[in-house]
Amino acid sequence: MAAPLMPLQRFCKLASLHLCVRRRLWSSSGATPPSLYKRLLLALTQRFYDVEILLNWRTQLKSKALHKKNAYYHFTQEHYGDNIASAYFVLNMQGAFRYAGQSEWFRSDSSGTFSWDFVNQKDSVLEEVDLSHTVINQIGLGNLVGNPLHTLLLRGCHEVDDWALARLHVFQDTLEELDISCCPHITIGGLAALRNLKGLRRLNVSSLPRLCSPGLVIILLEEMLPLCQVTATGYDLSLTQLGGNVDEEDHGEVKLSLGQG
Amino acid sequence: MSTLLKMRVTVRTVYGLLNSFRVIRSHECTCAHGCNASRSFTTGRILHNKFYKDLENQFNAVRDKVVDALPGSQWSPFEINPNLPPERADIVIIGGGVIGWSIAYWLKKKERVRDGVKVIVVEKDPTYSQASTVLSAGGIRQQFSLTENIQLSLASADFLRNVNDHLGVLNQEAVDLQFNHSGYLFLAKESVAHIMEENYSTQRLAGAKVALLSPMQLKEKFPWINTEGVALASYGLENEGWFDPWTLLNAFRKKAISMGVIQSIGEVTGWLKAKRISLRFSSDEHFSNVDIRMPNSLEYQPVECAIVVNAAGAFSAKLVDMMGIGTGAKDTLSGLSLPVEPRKRFIYVVNCPDGPGLDCPFLVDYSGIYFRREGLGGNYIAGTSPEEDMEPDVRNLDVDHEFFNEKVWPSLAHRVPAFECLKVTSAWAGYYDYNTFDQNAVLGIHPLAQNMYFATGFSGHGLQHSPAAGRAVAELILDGRYQTLDLTGLGFQRIMSKEPMLEKNIV
Ligand SMILES: Cc1cc2nc3c(=O)[nH]c(=O)nc-3n(C[C@H](O)[C@H](O)[C@H](O)COP(=O)(O)OP(=O)(O)OC[C@H]3O[C@@H](n4cnc5c(N)ncnc54)[C@H](O)[C@@H]3O)c2cc1C
Repeated sequence: MAAPLMPLQRFCKLASLHLCVRRRLWSSSGATPPSLYKRLLLALTQRFYDVEILLNWRTQLKSKALHKKNAYYHFTQEHYGDNIASAYFVLNMQGAFRYAGQSEWFRSDSSGTFSWDFVNQKDSVLEEVDLSHTVINQIGLGNLVGNPLHTLLLRGCHEVDDWALARLHVFQDTLEELDISCCPHITIGGLAALRNLKGLRRLNVSSLPRLCSPGLVIILLEEMLPLCQVTATGYDLSLTQLGGNVDEEDHGEVKLSLGQG
Repeated sequence: MSTLLKMRVTVRTVYGLLNSFRVIRSHECTCAHGCNASRSFTTGRILHNKFYKDLENQFNAVRDKVVDALPGSQWSPFEINPNLPPERADIVIIGGGVIGWSIAYWLKKKERVRDGVKVIVVEKDPTYSQASTVLSAGGIRQQFSLTENIQLSLASADFLRNVNDHLGVLNQEAVDLQFNHSGYLFLAKESVAHIMEENYSTQRLAGAKVALLSPMQLKEKFPWINTEGVALASYGLENEGWFDPWTLLNAFRKKAISMGVIQSIGEVTGWLKAKRISLRFSSDEHFSNVDIRMPNSLEYQPVECAIVVNAAGAFSAKLVDMMGIGTGAKDTLSGLSLPVEPRKRFIYVVNCPDGPGLDCPFLVDYSGIYFRREGLGGNYIAGTSPEEDMEPDVRNLDVDHEFFNEKVWPSLAHRVPAFECLKVTSAWAGYYDYNTFDQNAVLGIHPLAQNMYFATGFSGHGLQHSPAAGRAVAELILDGRYQTLDLTGLGFQRIMSKEPMLEKNIV
């Protein structure tokens, strides 16, 4: 009689084991440990193929939705022109923008509704765009191409990664202010691509959780963009830490090269 | 009635068991205080019991042996190595470098049902001490002259951008390739500037984001470069840079294994050939068995398989020789060998605190030298390809340090004056899987070996092409033809008809 119960019992044990161990779901954004619900799902995945497939479907659906949101506004662009398509994209993303030569900001409210006045200004181009805390990604940036952007605010965007930063060269002639603070995926590999933005005057790289040795990186950034004022708060830059990090970095390098040689 | 009796008996034994358990417990308790006293009373019975126990054990052992030796069981008089690969598989991939694992991943990705194809990847050296993959510079660029290469790079860059959608394994850390988006910068002198312009239009046409720079613009964008002698420069704006080869290799491997690919550590040392006579009365080779020798032993296992993929990198031609292909008369089909050989290339790590810093792209000078930044501590890696008649000995991976002083440093210091004072901190060497015919990949089947697919000869750009090339080979195997990118031009046909697909941008 106990026989059919055995696997279940074993599974429960296993599940509890997995629940205790802190592991990460790969699609989760990063540093935070997964919730109880997620850990339960993981434990189930280990046991049943179907759960794994369902989970995979869910991630696929999510990325599809993201892709759709960032897709190229081809229809609008053909019927209304580049700039209206860009404006429409920004508002749909629940962002805000300002036309060149005007002081008024167009923005959508928290429920995602906005007034359609912006459609009447066919000849204006976007100068300032605030897409903070939206799901814009590297592909979505393509919808802004063609506007002489001066200011681009991408604070706290989960989908802005190094590849998106590498895409910013499309605004290299005009961009003066860039805010990429609190973006969880940005690393030094993407910051290096900002070298193309030689006109940049203000850059905000505060609180980037994946930035290693921020003290050194800030110095290097200032060296790379001599005309730019780099803002970087939210890091512990006490002298000891800075020194320690530089040292660590050096050792890492040496080890790496020895390992490869 | 009898069942009832039995039940009573079981109940009693259970009771007895419980009882004895209790007794043992109390026994243990007393033991702690004074064991000797309680033991003396029971020696006789213990001996008696022991005799029966032993006898019973002996009987059991004999019975187990007899059962084992019966026909149909797994027993054999020899000890079996548990690391042996399975005896049968659908596809055997030789070479567990980035190309081999990429093909394995795509085969599994494309299979329609779970475990639809049984794939084995054979790797002789699990430490990868000589594999080109881990000894490479890790660069990816779109700045090639051949459309096929540009497309391969674009597709691979797209793969790397979404690497976690492809290679993320549930419940494991996300893959972090440490991609540096610093771009490639090619410099051309007057005599080759027109070629650069041609390449530029091919690249733009294929969809690569590349910009041409005049010497003036170059100086403005990269003030630390000495533009003397430079007539034109081309600079990659997107999808170019470098990443960590180890991470990519490991990610491919982990994902493929999680999808059911079997990894086998061992060296492929031989084949069993089966000649097939086709209707046209021409015969072709067909490989039915691959012999895999276990590491550090003479033991080997023949693996029966339908398809063999040769992804053995720089040493892939050795495998072809082993097959006896290419030994026939010149200019005949049977004399057509694989034109891939190992060529040693050095990479030097230099430290230069006053170097270009974060600003540094992967720079390729017309003199042949290249360098890029390595980390943030003022380190750079640099190298160049030796002239054709000065190729170093390939029997080992020793580094020629004089080569840096004579061939690399002068050009380096000329191009970037800051490099005049630098310190070489370390160096390593690796093998290019060099295609002597036209420095491009060889993909597809040999006309004489109908079930052997090649994916080799990448000549120094195999790492960056691995995702897309792996997909292409998987398509060839499972669909019978290319589906996404048409790479027919990179097949054996061109070697047969002696029409090289020359790539002008070889680093
Ligand atoms: C110095 C250097 C710099 C480079 N820089 C770049 C770059 O910047 N960008 C780029 O894209 N590419 C670069 N490359 C090229 C790139 O590294 C190679 O093209 C690529 O790694 C080839 O991958 P592979 O899997 O075919 O070969 P490998 O990584 O060599 O793998 C082949 C594997 O097959 C195994 N093997 C061989 N024979 C057998 C056998 N008989 N049985 C079992 N296993 C066997 C070997 O042990 C090896 O592990 C560079 C190469 C070098 C040497």
